[in-house]
Amino acid sequence: MEKTPVYQGHRHALPGPDDITRQELPNGVTVLSRSNFNSPTLSIKGYILSGSYLDPDEKLGLGYLTSHGLMNGTAHYNFQSLYNEIESVGASLGFSAGTLTTSFSAHCLSEDLPLVLKLIAESLRSPTFPEKEFNRQKTQLLTGLAIRAQDTASMAALLFDQIIYAGHPYERPDEGFTETVQAIQRQDVIDFYQQTYGPRGMVLVVVGAVEPQAAIDAVNQALGDWQNPGQRTLPDIPPAHPLEKTTHKNLSIPGKFQSDIVMGSLAPERLSPDYHALRIGNNILGEFGMMGRLGQQVREQAGLAYYAYSSLSLSRGPGAWEMIAGVNPDKTALAVDLMTEEVRRFVTEPVTEGELADTKSYFLGRMPLMLESNSGVAISLMNMEHFGLGLNYFREYPQQVQAVSAEDVLQASRKYLDPQRLGIAIAGP
Amino acid sequence: MTDITHFSTLSNGLTVHLKEIHTAPIISTWVWYHVGSRNEVPGKTGISHWVEHMQFKGTEKFPAGMLDREISRVGGVWNALTYLDWTTYFETLPAHIFEISLESEADRMENARYDPDEVSKERTVVISEREGNENEPRFQLGEAVQEAAFSQHPYQNEVIGRKEDLRSISRDDLYTHYQRYYRPGNAVLAIAGDFETRAMLEKVNHYFGAIPDREAAHVAISPDPPLGQEKRVAVSGPGETSYVQISYRAPRAGDPDFFTLTVLDSLLTGPSSLNMFGSGGTSNKTSRLYRALVEGEISVSCHGGLQATLDPYLYTIYLTVHPAHSPEDVLKAFDEEIAPLLDSPVKITEIERAVKQARALFAYSSENISNQAFWLGYTEMFDSYDWFENYVSHLSGVTPEMTLQTARNYLKPENRVVGFYTPQES
Repeated sequence: MEKTPVYQGHRHALPGPDDITRQELPNGVTVLSRSNFNSPTLSIKGYILSGSYLDPDEKLGLGYLTSHGLMNGTAHYNFQSLYNEIESVGASLGFSAGTLTTSFSAHCLSEDLPLVLKLIAESLRSPTFPEKEFNRQKTQLLTGLAIRAQDTASMAALLFDQIIYAGHPYERPDEGFTETVQAIQRQDVIDFYQQTYGPRGMVLVVVGAVEPQAAIDAVNQALGDWQNPGQRTLPDIPPAHPLEKTTHKNLSIPGKFQSDIVMGSLAPERLSPDYHALRIGNNILGEFGMMGRLGQQVREQAGLAYYAYSSLSLSRGPGAWEMIAGVNPDKTALAVDLMTEEVRRFVTEPVTEGELADTKSYFLGRMPLMLESNSGVAISLMNMEHFGLGLNYFREYPQQVQAVSAEDVLQASRKYLDPQRLGIAIAGP
Repeated sequence: MTDITHFSTLSNGLTVHLKEIHTAPIISTWVWYHVGSRNEVPGKTGISHWVEHMQFKGTEKFPAGMLDREISRVGGVWNALTYLDWTTYFETLPAHIFEISLESEADRMENARYDPDEVSKERTVVISEREGNENEPRFQLGEAVQEAAFSQHPYQNEVIGRKEDLRSISRDDLYTHYQRYYRPGNAVLAIAGDFETRAMLEKVNHYFGAIPDREAAHVAISPDPPLGQEKRVAVSGPGETSYVQISYRAPRAGDPDFFTLTVLDSLLTGPSSLNMFGSGGTSNKTSRLYRALVEGEISVSCHGGLQATLDPYLYTIYLTVHPAHSPEDVLKAFDEEIAPLLDSPVKITEIERAVKQARALFAYSSENISNQAFWLGYTEMFDSYDWFENYVSHLSGVTPEMTLQTARNYLKPENRVVGFYTPQES
């Protein structure tokens, strides 16, 4: 196989230990920074260890509402004065809770770094969750849930999680349900904030037109003295159990014109030794070019769908491997059959050497594009830190990808995908 | 570092825009055609978008699927977009392997096959794309408002086209449309990235220079007369949520009023991002409509924007109705925010803030090479690259008096269509 040159003559454009600066502050905040002076802008991203995983069942959506309330008012700002600071300089800043982490993302001109760090610190350290704004945000979330209930793709994804994670905390949507959000009071948010927000395990990444040490000093100034001795630790994540047999869930949403299908199964966690084999396998199955084999069969050959692809989510705890398509309501059975057949083929025969070579070449070739923008680098550094991949990750990555064989892909895929034991969720009219 | 830009026209009429950027080993190549839903006739709506799909179905040299593999296997991305005035195709590739983008774009400018079997399979794919859109209440509402906003101009149709047309358009219709509009004299080639201009020009000539131009298609498109009076559109469908869409007839991008209205939009709904790829926007929590309607708890969200178009199109505001209110309440509160703009000039400090915001968003737009190549060609579809380069200074030139005049010209009720989407009675 021909070797794809990665960054010909730009070898060290790949982030590595010599150009990423990483520092742990005494209070537990880890800061990473990398310079890029090509444009006068910065991307700032990070997370804290709080999320919907800590929501009580009857108040699901609590972590979500808490994160979205951080900027509603702080010790020194009200809602309008805080957003006025950000929007007046054309910057952006937002917080959003996921399952295990609550992340934030900001974009600004490099001259506005101190301002943005100050506002991140204000939002994280001294939110006041004013009553009026809390109620407004709750109504916005409830409206969002009413819209979600009409969205075939979102509802199919939600049903799919309920199938494959049945009985596991991951079966719960981060945004909760109408009843659970209605049950949340302002005091719940304040309590949740006090118990789960803190510097321990926090990560903050600054990428762009700034010297790394200057960025780290600025972060230290804004967050270095933040403490929360009462910060809760995330409980261990239990394993999830694979399905015994193919399991269906259908939801009728009257008046719709298209049905969405989400089918698939559990996948391992991010640090699984099968990681690279599965990523390559998924790319061949439903990602490469025009959505891989699934796109070829369902869209190009059968003309059934505008989109038919697969997606692999690997994080902490059990992951998910999904095959997704949007089809005419009369064609759902046909589409499910075609995708099941592709799964069957995928776990029966090894991928071809040509497919394997193409995907490896794609993974290596796309690195310059992924790492071109400040936000692309920031996301990568954040993931490297989150999963403890080490600063040398990108430099070692090509070898790890090249080492995967067709047999590795087959063996790894078989562990997780079984055409007799799929979760199949369909939402449509 | 100053990037080198080059503009020229080949003897066959192909416009070429090049911009050297040496920040990453990437080259982004875009071919823009002056064809979109604006060039469609009744009974054939959606044909430009469908032609875009067919352009991926192969030529003699590159049979269907081959390029997808060739481009993907080097880590490249490619795609295409169709809109009102234009259709564009792009490839962003590692610089050492970019040449396939020139070779393939030149090839499919004249040699696409339009195999009847592929046409038939793509018909159901395009209909499926439309049905996905139809699932969205906002699409249903948007389509109805757009149709009401024009009596004869093709801007009245959604780019995806009407379902009955998608069922009846034939292979020959598609091929004729392709032959009419896909020619060097109707195209702009825009390339940005890690190359030397002189060498790139030679390659461009090599691949595109010999493609013969065809006769230009002259289809007269006359602008619509003024609306004359406010129009109302009501759509109902599933769900619990109501939506309001308000669309004003707006100036074309090349009209100086466009920039004044951009400032007004920035005050009303927040500044618009100039980055098509990735981050680079800002929130709109301090905008007038957010403060009055969302903080006022009459709507739960508001967004708005102007489209840069060749002919006068629409300035649209989207509002999601608060569950305790009605669409009428939203419209009333909205009008209370428009009234002061019709009454007196905007303060200079507010204009200055909008300009400052735009300056930051403009800086973000240079963060990636694909986005820079995008602007290099896109602006040519409705004006020229100067439009983009001078974007911030055009906004700086807006005066308080201009905001009053422009608001009175465009933001008056008789210049708009108001659409309500309400849940169907079950």
